[in-house]
Amino acid sequence: MLATSNEFRANARVGLANPTLQSALGKMKVGFPTKRAEAVAKLPEFDALRDQARDIKNHVLENIDWYLERFERRVTEAGGHVHWARTPEEAREIVLGICRRLGARTVTKGKSMIAEEIGLNAHLEKHAIEPVETDLGEYIIQLRNESPSHIIAPAVHLTKDAIEADFRRAHSHLDARRDLTEPQSLVAEARGILRKRYFEADVGITGANFLVAETGSSVIVTNEGNGDLTQLLPKAHVVLASLEKIVPTLEDASTILRVLARSATGQEMSVYTTFSTGPKRPGDLDGPGEYHVVLLDNGRSALLGTEFQEILRCIRCGACMNHCPVYGAVGGHAYGWVYPGPMGAVLTPSLIGVENAKPLPNASTFCGKCESVCPMRIPLPKMMRHYRAREWERRLGTRVSRLALGAWAWAARRPALYRFAAARAMSALGWLGRRHGSFFNLPLASGWTATREFPAPQGRTFQDLWRERRRAGGGR
Amino acid sequence: MSDTQTRARPRVGLFATCLVDLFRPSVGFAAAKLIEDSGCDVEVPEGQTCCGQPAFNSGDNADAAELARRAIAMLEGYDYVVVPSGSCGGMIREHYPELLAGDREWAPRARHVAARTWELTAFLHEVRGLRIEGVRHDGVVTYHDSCSGLRELGVKAQPRALLAGVAGATLKELPGAETCCGFGGTFCVKYPEVSDKMVSEKAADILATGAGTLLAGDMGCLMNMAGKLKRMAMEQGARPVAVRHVAEVLAGMEQDAPPIGESK
Repeated sequence: MLATSNEFRANARVGLANPTLQSALGKMKVGFPTKRAEAVAKLPEFDALRDQARDIKNHVLENIDWYLERFERRVTEAGGHVHWARTPEEAREIVLGICRRLGARTVTKGKSMIAEEIGLNAHLEKHAIEPVETDLGEYIIQLRNESPSHIIAPAVHLTKDAIEADFRRAHSHLDARRDLTEPQSLVAEARGILRKRYFEADVGITGANFLVAETGSSVIVTNEGNGDLTQLLPKAHVVLASLEKIVPTLEDASTILRVLARSATGQEMSVYTTFSTGPKRPGDLDGPGEYHVVLLDNGRSALLGTEFQEILRCIRCGACMNHCPVYGAVGGHAYGWVYPGPMGAVLTPSLIGVENAKPLPNASTFCGKCESVCPMRIPLPKMMRHYRAREWERRLGTRVSRLALGAWAWAARRPALYRFAAARAMSALGWLGRRHGSFFNLPLASGWTATREFPAPQGRTFQDLWRERRRAGGGR
Repeated sequence: MSDTQTRARPRVGLFATCLVDLFRPSVGFAAAKLIEDSGCDVEVPEGQTCCGQPAFNSGDNADAAELARRAIAMLEGYDYVVVPSGSCGGMIREHYPELLAGDREWAPRARHVAARTWELTAFLHEVRGLRIEGVRHDGVVTYHDSCSGLRELGVKAQPRALLAGVAGATLKELPGAETCCGFGGTFCVKYPEVSDKMVSEKAADILATGAGTLLAGDMGCLMNMAGKLKRMAMEQGARPVAVRHVAEVLAGMEQDAPPIGESK
């Protein structure tokens, strides 16, 4: 997927001007946080679980090679295959190779952000294999030829009315007079269409929320059960996962599961939590004939040991974006690549290079809300600041902002000069603003004054007044 | 002055912050009065400029560290450092030690100053147990919790506890009081459209409370919200809201200056 992250500001303007998106975001930014808060309030040990979850992943990241090799052994013992992919290209070729060997014409897909990251759908289509998204949100955006705007709610940027219009356009063989006004009828229609596709598919592709090293299992959580049909019915089940999805034990997976759904949707658990270990065994009633895990690195191992290692604790719950006021204003597409919101503002520069995602670490007020809700206690603002430091070192920012900040810091190191210049500037600004109390237009702050008054200063600086009053009377 | 007297009245270094220094000295005087009322001697160390946060948040760690060292040298001799801002207070208390962690000479000095640095309302309420008496503000006020103060320093109950002592004032809580106003330092000029969307929603929430006065503890957020509220009043006929730093109300010094963005 081609990144437009460097065009964040222009992308954001498009999002701000899109009434459908704004209506959808208005609902989202109330709904998700309210549900999370209710779920957290009901679990007194929630914060203790966050600490445990953080510690589990920290331990894994310090010993990831050992756990990955253990995982591979267990998968192999269970009759499955592990494929190591350094790059998106390698991962795509591995999946394509499996599909071709099995003569696949269609593949069903559960929700997978790694599939988005490696651009799998376009690659399969190019080779005459039809990918069918089975997660309702993914299905909708596939009809629209869009990318997900949220990592757990891919179609969160759409309203029900917009989806109804898409269904009427895409499902033109159905009765035009059918009633699609209720969300339930949209779900039923998608289910009816997808049901056939599960049985036709030759390969089923899913992501993974966890890979369990002690058992060689992959774990997915869904609310629609689409993942189960995707992975059980075809000839082969292909799991796409990135390296850091590994956890040592089933117990560890259970601990993190307890914070995952609560953080994401406010559910105690998702409706389905499915553990898959190897292909169908002799005597099993169902299951895929082959079980493959494609392990993608794509720059993650290079983050180990750096100031960005902690982003690898992310479990993709989406809480950071659900609570982010910037995401809530502009929506996920503004971020211009696969991962939006605060976690995307850290992960995107980590995976595609900070030079290709310059605005993202800057598109934050550092309000800290994301870190305060992150179940894995990832210090997202701190890592965005680290990327800002890298950008500063590499001079990737605009010349104007660099000059302005440099001038400010230069003056701030010279108190006498600062005092002299500040007194005159504030005196002038205070005098100019004395009647109205604020400025309707300020040439150097036009971004501000386009939509806001700029409050005028009172005219004298505090330090000058303080000195004067102390000299005059020793007191105030 | 004897040692016992010195200990009885702690010496407080008031770090005014650049926005108070440049834009709103009345907040500095209100803060000084409150700190004195709480039984401390106040000094304003000479040569204050900027705490370095704009540089730090822009990734310019060299300049930020240089400004941090200047501020530390200026502030390390006081019993307490008090800052009428959660944002600059958070910079000194949380980020100076982080910024200078690798500097053998300055890291301990940064930690020393950090441990003595307080946001104004937290200092008055938690450290000094100040009770506000003899101050009136007739009307409904609402309160915005600025992000850094709230999430870095835990400032939430303290300003409310102090406001409870102001006669005549009714606090109407602001829905979404903990949601960012969209200021974000350089954010508001780098992404003005996004910032405006955020402050527009904040202003709508403020207007919906029906409060005549909006208070907060950070000049950056206050200037942003005051600027938006005033423009909405000018262009959309929205109800005017008086916007002030909480210190001005607590000190009973509202008559000293018109609200932020207003003229006399």
